[in-house]
Amino acid sequence: MSAALFWQLVLGFGAISLVSVGGGIAVLPEMHRLVVEVHGWMDSGDFARRFALAQAAPGPNVLVVGLFGWHVGGVPGMLTAVLAMTLPTSLLAFGFSRLRARLAGRLWLKTIERGLVPIAVGLIAASGFILARGTAEWWLPVAITAASTLFVWRTDHSPLWVLGAGAVLGLAFL
Amino acid sequence: MTQDPPPRPVPTLADLFLTYGKIGLIGFGGINAWARRVLVEEKRWLTDQEYAETLGLGQVLPGPNALNAAIMVGDRFHGTAGAIAAPAGMFGGPLILLAGLAMLYDAYGELPTMRAVLAGVGAAAAGMVLGTAAKMTEKLKPPPALLAVGLVAFVAAGLFRLPLPYTVLGLAPFGIWAASRARRAP
Repeated sequence: MSAALFWQLVLGFGAISLVSVGGGIAVLPEMHRLVVEVHGWMDSGDFARRFALAQAAPGPNVLVVGLFGWHVGGVPGMLTAVLAMTLPTSLLAFGFSRLRARLAGRLWLKTIERGLVPIAVGLIAASGFILARGTAEWWLPVAITAASTLFVWRTDHSPLWVLGAGAVLGLAFL
Repeated sequence: MTQDPPPRPVPTLADLFLTYGKIGLIGFGGINAWARRVLVEEKRWLTDQEYAETLGLGQVLPGPNALNAAIMVGDRFHGTAGAIAAPAGMFGGPLILLAGLAMLYDAYGELPTMRAVLAGVGAAAAGMVLGTAAKMTEKLKPPPALLAVGLVAFVAAGLFRLPLPYTVLGLAPFGIWAASRARRAP
């Protein structure tokens, strides 16, 4: 990996990370601009396929930047892109965590934290809905999603059971 | 249920690393639903309320919210070392896995069998995430004003696909206002 490429990855993804309020995936259009339009590292189709690959794999969604980095610079490119995307905001979150510990118990902080809770839960629901819409091509995936929702909501069994069942049904019918 | 729950366990540094490693590796469809499942239900390190508050703060800060939450959880139990151990576990396993996938992808492109399995897993993972949101809402028992804020967040981000910064920063004042009203109410 050349020094020029290294700095393009560091500066490009570092800048994107700092505006990624609400999560790494919120800045997907920004990533598309950087990877496809500015640098021409891949075309739009390849961009979408790599995004789908990262979505299908377990782990933080933001790891998709690792696949973009891999494409342009192999393992060093992957690590550079992931660190550029995560390190600056991690330091910020750590600083905030320290501040929060020092202010613990303040009523106004408690109120702010409680006020953000419904947004956190609402966004989890939204991401589930978006995932569901992506797979809902006919009735079977919809039924799998509905059954899995009920299973996870109404029971305390491990969700890995429904993932396994989804894999088997997918293999058999999709 | 009126009985007192047993005292909640405190993780060691190795617990943090390994548990977040597990969360990362089983985290289909995103980390947050799985982190709640493991941290709140299986390990009982955090309550639903504590987890949701941490995640809420992680969302208003820039950066991946699951990562921000992991840093705060790690810091809470083991300071700087914890704030490094939790994210290292969460990223380490999936990163190795993803490198393997990237190699396979480069070599084989898209095999139909693999696509079928992934479609089934994807549909089930979507249900897992939706079920988690339903479960959290049930356990947190939000007053109506806070419930309304949560519903608006769902509609804005899920149905209208508004960019997340607008959704998060635009709704935060309403959520905080609703929380302060709920606090003052008898």
